[in-house]
Amino acid sequence: MATEEHGSGLAIHPMDQFIVKPLFGDGPIHWYTPTNVTLWMGIAILAMIALLVLSTRRRAIVPSRGQSVAEMFYGFIHKLVEDVAGHEGLKFFPYVMTLFMFVFLSNILGLIPMSFTTTSHIAVTAVLALMVFLTVTLVGFYRKGLGFLSMFWVSSAPLILRPILAVIELISYFVRPLSHSVRLGGNMMAGHAVIKVFAGFAGAMGVASVLPIAAIAAVYGLELLVASVQAYVFTILTCVYLRDAVGDAHH
Amino acid sequence: MSTEPIVEEAAGLCVNEHGGAIGMPQLCGDWIPNQVFWLLVTLVVIYFVLSKIALPRIAAVLADRKGTITNDLAAAEELKQKAVAAEKAYNDALANARTEAGKIVAAAKAEIQKDLDAATTKADAEIAAKAAESEKTIAGIRDGAAAAVAEVARDVAAELVGALGGGADAKTVTAAVTARLKG
Repeated sequence: MATEEHGSGLAIHPMDQFIVKPLFGDGPIHWYTPTNVTLWMGIAILAMIALLVLSTRRRAIVPSRGQSVAEMFYGFIHKLVEDVAGHEGLKFFPYVMTLFMFVFLSNILGLIPMSFTTTSHIAVTAVLALMVFLTVTLVGFYRKGLGFLSMFWVSSAPLILRPILAVIELISYFVRPLSHSVRLGGNMMAGHAVIKVFAGFAGAMGVASVLPIAAIAAVYGLELLVASVQAYVFTILTCVYLRDAVGDAHH
Repeated sequence: MSTEPIVEEAAGLCVNEHGGAIGMPQLCGDWIPNQVFWLLVTLVVIYFVLSKIALPRIAAVLADRKGTITNDLAAAEELKQKAVAAEKAYNDALANARTEAGKIVAAAKAEIQKDLDAATTKADAEIAAKAAESEKTIAGIRDGAAAAVAEVARDVAAELVGALGGGADAKTVTAAVTARLKG
């Protein structure tokens, strides 16, 4: 990849932006080392506080602009959880809101030039997806006991098909965290890498670099859409999975 | 980044000697504990800020607004009822006033009629009295005139008889004239 072109005139390193670096010095990265991951997650926390806490501090009946945005986020996710996961799912509203705000803000903040996109790392998205998977599984067994397993036994299918469907359902259930995390991480990584590749062209093409710069602008717009949509998709899938755990009937 | 051996060793297999990425940094196992640790810290912080501060506050604001709107609508409905009641009261008052005014007008009319009748009666009586008096006067005058005519007739007759050379006494003339006047 990037290393193969090293030394030639066209030096494109699209993956360098994903490198985890210590904030202070060059030492080894332990689990506790403050890194650019720490920095950008911290910025995401600050952005969340600014968006949802500072903007609502006046508790106005007639909301200011900031408070309107906060209420819009609240209403959007609240309605999503209620519609998709059901009324019972509202207990998990703070949890879903946490996931959404983190993913959404990390995606958007990652689009700032020179920033670090924490959600472009599969390690991060995998933890998020595994948390959802474990939550759904534990809550499902806690609330329904062994009845939770009945979601794998498709009672509406002919009896002879049910064991086969059970195997398929079981596999799809365990693939969930993988697809859930790779979808988000892959989307984020791909977009940023594409922008970086175009940026590399722009640096090497002289006057003709107008073309890659225009392409960067276009891809950047697309990436803004992808950043929002992927946060939304991640959240709605979380709600869909939660419905299996808290909802009454399956499908 | 420099090319010191210690850095290279610290960076492991994920970063080359120029600080560039080797392969996909996403697959670098050395960084995963760091990312997972800080992710969990971040999620816990976000969760507590959201569930302790932001979400209850926004929920309270939304509930407040809903309550305010409901109250305002109820108040508006109440005011509307009041307006309807006020209009009804106004119309009632207007109708009462009309009735009252009609009564007053009728009473005034009746009084005036009474006065008028009394005045008319009095005037009639006065007129009748005056007419009777005038009648008497006229009768007196007529009688006077008749007597005067008779006297004049007698005098003229006596004079004429005298002038014509007749010799008649006054008594005869008078009798003749009287007979003539009656005829």
